[in-house]
Amino acid sequence: MSEMTKTLLEMQNVSKEYNGNPVLKDVNFTLKQGEVLGLVGENGAGKSTLMNILFGMDVIQQTGGYGGKVLIDGKEVKFASPLDALKAGIGMVHQEFSLLPGFTAAENILLNREPQNKSVLSLVFGDRAKTIDRKELQKEAIDAITKLGVELDPDMLVSEMPVGHKQFTEISREISKSAIRLLVLDEPTAVLTEKEAEMLLKAIRNLSNQGISVIFITHRLQEILDVCSKVIVMRDGRIVKELDAQATSIQEMAKLMVGREVNTSGNHSEATARRAISEKTVLSVRNLWVDMPGETVRDVNLDIREGEILGIGGLAGQGKLGIPNGIMGLFPAGGSVKLNGNEIPLNNPRACLDSSLAFVSEDRRGVGLLLDESLEWNISFPAMQIQNKFLKNYLGGLIKWRDQDAIKEVTEKYIGQLQIKCTSSLQKAKELSGGNQQKICLAKAFALEPKLLFVSEPTRGIDIGAKSLVLQALREYNRENGVTIVMISSELEELRQICDRIAIITDGAVSGILPAERPSEDFGILMVGKSKKEAM
Amino acid sequence: MEKVMSAIKSFGLPRLIISLFLLVLFIIAPFAGINVGASITDVLGRFGQNAIMVLAMVPMIHSGCGLNFGLPLGIISGLLGATLAIETGIPGPVSFLLAILYSTPFAIIFGWGYGKLLNRVKGSEMMIATYVGFSSVAFMSIMWLILPFKSPTMVWGYTGQGLRTTIATDGFYHHILREAFVLRIGSLSISFGEILFFAIFAFIIWAFLHTKTGTAMTAVGSNAVFARASGINIDKQRTLSVIMSTWLGALGILCYQQGYGFIQLYQGPMYMAMPAVSAILIGGATVNKASITNVIIGTILYQGIVSMTPSVMNSLIHTDMSEVLRIIVSNGMILYALTRKTGASR
Repeated sequence: MSEMTKTLLEMQNVSKEYNGNPVLKDVNFTLKQGEVLGLVGENGAGKSTLMNILFGMDVIQQTGGYGGKVLIDGKEVKFASPLDALKAGIGMVHQEFSLLPGFTAAENILLNREPQNKSVLSLVFGDRAKTIDRKELQKEAIDAITKLGVELDPDMLVSEMPVGHKQFTEISREISKSAIRLLVLDEPTAVLTEKEAEMLLKAIRNLSNQGISVIFITHRLQEILDVCSKVIVMRDGRIVKELDAQATSIQEMAKLMVGREVNTSGNHSEATARRAISEKTVLSVRNLWVDMPGETVRDVNLDIREGEILGIGGLAGQGKLGIPNGIMGLFPAGGSVKLNGNEIPLNNPRACLDSSLAFVSEDRRGVGLLLDESLEWNISFPAMQIQNKFLKNYLGGLIKWRDQDAIKEVTEKYIGQLQIKCTSSLQKAKELSGGNQQKICLAKAFALEPKLLFVSEPTRGIDIGAKSLVLQALREYNRENGVTIVMISSELEELRQICDRIAIITDGAVSGILPAERPSEDFGILMVGKSKKEAM
Repeated sequence: MEKVMSAIKSFGLPRLIISLFLLVLFIIAPFAGINVGASITDVLGRFGQNAIMVLAMVPMIHSGCGLNFGLPLGIISGLLGATLAIETGIPGPVSFLLAILYSTPFAIIFGWGYGKLLNRVKGSEMMIATYVGFSSVAFMSIMWLILPFKSPTMVWGYTGQGLRTTIATDGFYHHILREAFVLRIGSLSISFGEILFFAIFAFIIWAFLHTKTGTAMTAVGSNAVFARASGINIDKQRTLSVIMSTWLGALGILCYQQGYGFIQLYQGPMYMAMPAVSAILIGGATVNKASITNVIIGTILYQGIVSMTPSVMNSLIHTDMSEVLRIIVSNGMILYALTRKTGASR
């Protein structure tokens, strides 16, 4: 047990910024030998950046390095590349598998580190001509698998394995490296079945008993309680709290993860003060599925009420972004969507726009803007094409000529209204900052004068000042024009600020809809995929 | 200094070099014993002959289909129109109108098919287009022999069937535009007929790009996903642009024939796309942005180089290196433009 008390890793005041945007601030923690540390936080809380720093990933160097110190065994280290980190005994298993499908488990585990036999040829041609010692390979692979304590056939081809076994192969590969002392597991259980996850947790305990430290990143909070001795909760680039895993609860962690302040329904900001929302359903979604890569929607049922702002939240990859993209016809979708009782054909962007739906995409630069064109074009284009606005008709409508004056007028109106910073309405969209680009996207949608507006991740990648302006604009648009807004965001606090109700999407389906003034831990629990009853 | 650099950048370095080179050629021309008036006449004549084929690049560039390397397909439509018009046998200006009329349905049908093909190969349009051009030339080389043309002006004298490689337009539409509205000042003669003809079609394209459909076409080329999210049928816009480009290619070759005096069949259209592509690029267009100004400037610069170098260089150094220079300029320009997709000057 004396081993357990020795400190392996220490981070002191680690900070990091990307282009002046701080993403990590004053991160301090220590990790003892053989300790299992749980790392939880919402998407964008800084977990990956922290691990990238620890692992010496290129992206950190390229964006100007980091501040603070990383100490291993009490000595400061600065890894220039992942190879240095590997040498120091740090292994990492990423969310995506990096395995060769046509190779066996054993071959994958020892890839590029195969035990070799000398031969006549190798004496002449050097190391490249050495042959692989199959027996030794097998033995070393089995050693690694036993060390992990799981059942895994070393001769099985990776292409034929269930996902769980692939995950075990990856971990075995890391621990087969003799110097391994610290293993970082980035959401290893996300793709596993319950039974496989259980095996993995057992394996983590095994490793811990053998003196290997583990940093375990997961969204499944129960697993943290099961296996970790210490939990670090991150939010907005800071460690909000370090908890003893034995003395905490899922609720406490969820609350810390999502809440900026510990909000209770009482002191909720007055902007979202409860207001009466008509009971009339404006858009009803039934059994919607959307095939959007990385954001698959499986079975969503939603009723959106007239005049409300409905928030859709949830963790990344659970399918919240798929909902608007599917309804608006940008990705293949199925199911039934009815606007005021009229069926809207799916997979047809034009039909949606014709029935007065509008969409502000999360992919600003890819979908939202004509980067090489002027602001005038960007704002007026959809309204011109869909509703024949800003056009002059000649020869009895045969020639529809762009009405430059009307276009300029509407663009300047929105530039003023949304306080868009630009040199003129003829500036190209790509020259604006992220926040102003986002406002252009909103203006584009406003110009369509929709009945219902989908806004997807409106504040992603923009600074705090611009954020509040964008949210303000949305709220005003909703209040003044009576437009129903569906806002999709990964930031729960933002949703709670302006929405009336918030739906949480987990695993491609709605796991619950709650009024926005409910305490944030309730949403946190929905997010981590527990229904209310289970968590209580 | 910085101002100068940014000015150069906005004008485009290749354009600058070529303009300066052309200027130098004009300055040294009198010393090499060359008549400047005649040279300018030559450049303008070539401009009138070629400008519409360069204009044929514009619609496809706007819709994001890239440079129209498949121009030979449009030229073939034009050739079909021309041969059919001569077969009809009505001499004079009417034959030119007939040629335009006859080539139109071919251009629409070929362009439609070509457009459908390009919609299936998004992202590698230019390579596919090049081979569409080449293979259609090869196919038509067979057809020119087989098609049952009878007009004695066009068929081989000794067999009485199969079309000749070059057919004179004399008696039909030879110099029909070139000799209309000519202004003569000494050795300089400016043919307003050709320039006017080009101006009409340039205006039509310019106007089209200011309409609702034209705006949609430009948006498709600028960001196809944006256009789709705004309810635009991308494939339809692209097909339309290809049909327009093909039709302009057909008109372009007819205009070329009336000035040049001959209809060139068989391998004639094979490499016609390169000078046109090169000209619009010299004019400052890029793979996804082009304007009428680019067409005009580019055609003048390109044709200026092509017509001035042989006369000036030959009289100076007595070797024929004009052809070498022409190939370097046209292919070099295409290469240069394809390596940098951004930086359009509009």
